[in-house]
Amino acid sequence: MADERVPPRALHPLPADGALGACGRPGGAEASSTADTPAPAPPSPARAFWAAFRENRGAVAGLAVVAFIVLLALLADVVAPHSPIEQFRDAVKAPPVWDGGTWKYVLGTDSLGRDLLSRLVYGARVSLFIGVAVMSVSFAVGVLLGLACASSGNVVDVVVTRVMDLIMAVPSLVLAILVVAVLGPSLANTIVAVTIVYLPRYVRLVRASALAELHKEYVTAARVAGVGRLRLMFRTVLPNCLAPLIVQAALGVSDAILEAAALGFLGLGAQPPTAEWGTMLADSREFIRSNPWMVTLPGLAILVTVVSINLAGDGLRDALDPKMRRS
Amino acid sequence: MLRFLLRRAALTVPTFLALMFVTFVAIRLVPGDPVEVRVGERGISPERLAQFRHELGLDQPLWLQFAHYVNGLLHGDFGTSIVTNQKVLTEFAALFPATLELGLCGMLFAVVAGLPAGAVAAVRRGTWFDQLLMGLSVTGYSMPIFWWGLLLIMFVGERWGLTPVSGRIDLINYYFEPVTGFMVIDAWLSGQAGAVKDALRHLVLPAIVLGTIPLAVIARMTRSAMLEVLGEDYVRTARAKGLPAWRVFGLHAMRNAMIPVVTVIGLQVGTLLAGAVLTETIFSWPGIGKWLIESIARRDYPALQGGVMLISAMVVLVNLFVDLLYGVINPRIRHG
Repeated sequence: MADERVPPRALHPLPADGALGACGRPGGAEASSTADTPAPAPPSPARAFWAAFRENRGAVAGLAVVAFIVLLALLADVVAPHSPIEQFRDAVKAPPVWDGGTWKYVLGTDSLGRDLLSRLVYGARVSLFIGVAVMSVSFAVGVLLGLACASSGNVVDVVVTRVMDLIMAVPSLVLAILVVAVLGPSLANTIVAVTIVYLPRYVRLVRASALAELHKEYVTAARVAGVGRLRLMFRTVLPNCLAPLIVQAALGVSDAILEAAALGFLGLGAQPPTAEWGTMLADSREFIRSNPWMVTLPGLAILVTVVSINLAGDGLRDALDPKMRRS
Repeated sequence: MLRFLLRRAALTVPTFLALMFVTFVAIRLVPGDPVEVRVGERGISPERLAQFRHELGLDQPLWLQFAHYVNGLLHGDFGTSIVTNQKVLTEFAALFPATLELGLCGMLFAVVAGLPAGAVAAVRRGTWFDQLLMGLSVTGYSMPIFWWGLLLIMFVGERWGLTPVSGRIDLINYYFEPVTGFMVIDAWLSGQAGAVKDALRHLVLPAIVLGTIPLAVIARMTRSAMLEVLGEDYVRTARAKGLPAWRVFGLHAMRNAMIPVVTVIGLQVGTLLAGAVLTETIFSWPGIGKWLIESIARRDYPALQGGVMLISAMVVLVNLFVDLLYGVINPRIRHG
């Protein structure tokens, strides 16, 4: 499609694979330096990113907590004192240790005698798995659909955009409820439902930033150099759309966790005996007067996880893309 | 102007069509035969079953069923509940005022608290108040509101005994026929002593819970819109010519900062309706959110279908209205 015999020098200042337009993007290609005079080496993108990220104390704290929760989830088998589904019939509804309980069940037990601490730790595994699964699938599908929309720009674009508008028109939880009602409640279907709900954000983001990039000169240059359509979209354009997408992905994990917990609370998420925070909360609702800790702790786990992911995500946004800074 | 309005309104037509299609398909994917659900466990003769199918139009080809469905929707027929045998629209209309009352009060709470808080945080940028507010805003935005509701019930309702924790009014002491469907107004119209106060006491906690996420969003949005405006030349001019601070911030800056905030407020309608499902479930508030969840538990799929259709239609229309309003306020959008 393009003239293969364009002299290479004409392209030199415009590296074809999208090194322009990146600001502090991790793993981004180094801008090629045309000057012969040695300039002080710019900090590596990773280092520049960390320097910017570190400025935001809330973000660092959030990241630390997230790392802690991820560790807990990974090491659940080692950390948790008991099995999350074993029922200790001699210790039903035991209070936590600071409320007259024993060290055997540090945070107490639930109405079936299951150790609350163990259930919370294993619950972290379930919640993070949902969050990451939803994020990965919507990220991948969002990139594919978004790039397809941007590069074809005709029937595909109209159809996909309309479908995404439709999904956005239905309130998130109502749509998730409808999907679960059709598919039946389970952990897997929770992931499907929440993915459908959050997919439009990724598609629209990729589509919008890819469309913006397509008008830039380096893309024209790449086209002129004869770069094929697939390579153009994935190697040239996509890396330059990544910054907002990474931020969306980080914040998308917390949204997915919250949404899945809401489904679990309504009895439409993971089914018993799976230790899922929202389901635990729903199960302990009736003991709100007699055993307030059973209600307080799972909700606190959800809140702390979601807040710290959001804090880290905000920091990511500020560090990756100064244009998107909220303040 | 008219062209902009029409063009924007026309864009919702395919959305509505697709919405009809999706709700139509969804209910046919649901496991279980709607006729057998209706018949119950005892079962009936095959002839009677066939007759039932015929009455419900389920023996017709799918495209014809879809045409009937669309035709029904356009004539205001959103289906019939298989549990109560009532029109879905009738049930929805009876319960909707409860959700509307709750939603309006939640929004009122969010706006009344969020606007000034965000504005003050912007003016006092970097102070402890600003940092505290932004911290609270992240927390509010991340809040699992079903848990937040339970916490408030636990402390405000049970431990301190300040408010009732379920329903819209004390049905033992007060009874009156609904006139407007808004409990507070109906209580006022009934003239019974203490009724309005009781209705308001029932409303406080659910409204706070429902308003929490919009409050966080509005406070944050107001702050950043204000910060942007405060850097403008006309604000400096206003300050330079010696206007008192409240005039500069309250009139000059606030008015311009309001434009994006108003849009955000309009776009919270979807959040509110999603939140209503959880809030109404927790506080036994007899609105459409609770009704929707109960219709799933009762396998009343026509009610679910009609309910989702009605809720989505409402969100589409409100978003359309906000868009149009925005176009009216800001000519740059209109000609974009």
